[in-house]
Amino acid sequence: MIELSEELLLRMYYKMNQARYFEEKLDDLVSKGQVHGTIHLAMGQEASGVMACLALEEGDLVSLSHRGHAQAIGFGLDVNLMMAECLGKYTGYCKGKGGSMHIADVENGNLGANGVVGGGFNLSCGAALTQKYHQTGKVVLCFAGDGATNEGSFHESLNLASIWKLPVVFFIENNQYGMSNPIENHMNIENISDRSEAYNMPGLTIDGNDFLDVYNTVTKALRYARAGKGPVLIEAKTYRYSGHSKSDKQVYRDKREVLEWQKKDPLLKMKEYLRENRIFTEKQILKMEEEARISIEQAVEFAKKSPQPQLNTILEDVYA
Amino acid sequence: MKTNDMTKMTYRDAIRLGITEEMRLDRDVIFLGEDIGVYGGAFGVSKGLLEEFGEERILDTPISEGAIVGTAVGAATTGLRPVCEMMFMDFITLGMDALVNQGAKMRYMFGGQSQVPMVLRLPAGSGTGAAAQHSQSLEAWLCHVPGLKVVSPSTPAQAKGLIKAAIRDNNPVCFIEHKMLYDAVGLVPLDEDYTLEIGKTIVERPGKDVTIVAYGTTLAKAIEAAEFLDEEGIRVEILNPLTLYPMDMKPIIESVIKTGCLIVAHEAVKTGGVGGEIVARVVESEAFDYLTAPIIRLGGLDIPIPFNQELEAVAVPQRNDFVHGVYRLLNRE
Repeated sequence: MIELSEELLLRMYYKMNQARYFEEKLDDLVSKGQVHGTIHLAMGQEASGVMACLALEEGDLVSLSHRGHAQAIGFGLDVNLMMAECLGKYTGYCKGKGGSMHIADVENGNLGANGVVGGGFNLSCGAALTQKYHQTGKVVLCFAGDGATNEGSFHESLNLASIWKLPVVFFIENNQYGMSNPIENHMNIENISDRSEAYNMPGLTIDGNDFLDVYNTVTKALRYARAGKGPVLIEAKTYRYSGHSKSDKQVYRDKREVLEWQKKDPLLKMKEYLRENRIFTEKQILKMEEEARISIEQAVEFAKKSPQPQLNTILEDVYA
Repeated sequence: MKTNDMTKMTYRDAIRLGITEEMRLDRDVIFLGEDIGVYGGAFGVSKGLLEEFGEERILDTPISEGAIVGTAVGAATTGLRPVCEMMFMDFITLGMDALVNQGAKMRYMFGGQSQVPMVLRLPAGSGTGAAAQHSQSLEAWLCHVPGLKVVSPSTPAQAKGLIKAAIRDNNPVCFIEHKMLYDAVGLVPLDEDYTLEIGKTIVERPGKDVTIVAYGTTLAKAIEAAEFLDEEGIRVEILNPLTLYPMDMKPIIESVIKTGCLIVAHEAVKTGGVGGEIVARVVESEAFDYLTAPIIRLGGLDIPIPFNQELEAVAVPQRNDFVHGVYRLLNRE
């Protein structure tokens, strides 16, 4: 069992709440027509996105999926700069050129959210190759969704990572749907982690809504990869409450299914844990939630006040 | 080693020499591809590199082109300078997502946060009897993607100078090497600092009557035609856009202003080819007013490359196509 300090538990709960508020707020802005383009929300998946990143060590790297806000917040990105990017502002992580789908912080090891399903797998192999070659002792955590594991890039990357023993952990957030298509329609296996067997690497399926299960499993997987033993595949079973993107009317699923999953909400589960173990007082819990909410209010304020990019920046940064 | 010495070598050896020098100079340069280790590469370009640099830097990959290109992109973004080889240019189809959607766009879509210093070697072209899936010249696809650079050397010296410049460049560079040029011999500078600047069109042969723009093996055919026409007193000026994208148009425009006549040629299929872009830029420029005859575009026929040797040859422009083109422009036919 991995020791969880109060400080870490506080950070976990705070960041999961930040992720939830961030997306609730973003969803609200989208519905008011204040966001250009689309967004992909991960509400319901906070335990997997945030906790997997909190298990990382300083200097480890990540590649995010297109549904990457919670992952980015877990990795430690500044919510002000994230919100500014979602609103296309010059102060955003990508100076307004990437938007929600391409939030990146390359200098600090966030290789970016990826708009191509499965686009991050082989990039992660490359980043892991650099770590191995430079003997940095760092690991790459590669996020993707269930649908991405049907891409050829998934299989090519798992094979390559396995034969080269690359320090990479493939973390699949199985939210039950590839856009509108339920998982049983697009793969004929019970668990995505079964696919690890074909590449002779450890494969684990966990409860993606259980913050402890995610944190402990990713911690162990990172340790394994860091020791030079090669890659690990983790499948975190979870659920997204929102549609695939803003245009999704969700005609493919029953509202009752969403309600069932909401009973297993990752934030509620963690709150129950904190209460049961009497780690924080009710007041402290409320304070964390409130602080997380305020940080997002401030992020929206920051983003709204931020300048648009100058039109003359349009030709910048095509080439290095 | 600083030197003014030159030595005769093949195009294949010149590419290898360029890569070898850069790998000796910079430990972050690695090389990955299929059968590039013990086998020495499908066309022998990487022969001997495994012995000198070892398995850590000469990475024999599985047959996974998407993973080769994508791994190179990921490695380049995090501090290495990978050179990777597609066994045949045709197989870039399998690596296109990593190249086009990832490598070419990361810098721009991340607001300038990253750079992707990688080289993608692409053995291209017909003439080997390998038929439709191993003979294509797909450079126009790559020239349609901002963020990529596309170079195409025609001589051993150009091959060495450009592969070195490509490895030192901080962007993804597609290095197109024509398979029929591998055995071509020429003088190559031995200086380790010899590079050719990416983004420059050069005058291969000065002249005054007709301008020909050609690259790859088509350039050699243009030169043969020019030598033949010389005997008739016709002076053809030949330009070689060593960098196909972004292309340096100035020398081409200046040449057309001088000659008033233009032939643009390549082996790639004519429709949607790089030649069409060159022509469009010429007619958009001040050179338009100096044109004395319609421009001629020579390109591959709009067909897949056929297997039969005679059919294969007539699928792409040959020396006599240039000769007749020049006659037509000068009203000699």
